[in-house]
Amino acid sequence: MLRFLTKIAGRHVVLALSMFGLWLLLSGYFTYPSLLTFGIISVLLTTWLAQRAGMLDREGVPTRVFPGIFAYMLWLTVEIGKSNLIVTMHALSPKLKLSPTMVTVPAYQASDLGKVIFANSITLTPSTVSVDLHENNILIHALTAEMADVAGMIAMGERVCAFDGPEGRDWVRQRKAERRAEADRAAAERQAGL
Amino acid sequence: MILDSLSWCLFLLGALFIISGSLGLLRFPDFYTRLHAAGVTDTLGVELMLLAMIFQSDNWITIVKLLLIALFMLLTSPVSTHAIAHAAWVGKLKPMLGPDLRRDGDAETHEEDA
Repeated sequence: MLRFLTKIAGRHVVLALSMFGLWLLLSGYFTYPSLLTFGIISVLLTTWLAQRAGMLDREGVPTRVFPGIFAYMLWLTVEIGKSNLIVTMHALSPKLKLSPTMVTVPAYQASDLGKVIFANSITLTPSTVSVDLHENNILIHALTAEMADVAGMIAMGERVCAFDGPEGRDWVRQRKAERRAEADRAAAERQAGL
Repeated sequence: MILDSLSWCLFLLGALFIISGSLGLLRFPDFYTRLHAAGVTDTLGVELMLLAMIFQSDNWITIVKLLLIALFMLLTSPVSTHAIAHAAWVGKLKPMLGPDLRRDGDAETHEEDA
């Protein structure tokens, strides 16, 4: 029953509830029945308008990235802090030691939204800016050669994949298994060599 | 008292980041590298300022609003940065590359567009 309901009206309910929560938090009116009624009416009207405009699809109400995106945002905050410190050091150092670099990083995310989140995360860390997106490759301008860390950015992309819907999760699992198999093979070769 | 001093520390730290971001904006050599310096002001600088304001505020409705402002800053600033960088790239502004800051294809021309 619940599954059937979420299938036919899940996005409507999610949108209406989140908008009503936002309205409550911004207005702070919890005890005036008339105002609450008007708030509910406006939320329902907006939901209906959004549905009429055809915006209640997986782009308009991206339920697929929750709840994994919260952990990712915490991790990203730490990364932003670290790279901010580096750029600040460069800006304050008496002699400029910059070596700007352009690199391309593959974006493996299953959905467009995942790609947008990945590109925005790259731009949000101050020493890298995503300049262009071609098919599945993001062109990145980095402040110094050390900051153009392709492996690190691919790892960030995997973190985005990991909460980007079931396809992304499967892909990450598969990739991890591949990497483990490769590491095992390398270890076996090393042992054979010894 | 503790909250107050914590919030003032955060204000000063945020101000330090905003100043160094602006300093970088003036000192860095070309358009693309200046974007990175501007990024410092609108991520860490502004977020630390907002955090300091959260410690100063005394009712939770203000706190919620400040948190929402912080969230929307985080969502919108990379979009605008990317829009600017992409416009420059499509407009064929070449970045300076490498440790000696060389633009490919202009050994002779002077940097009138830098």
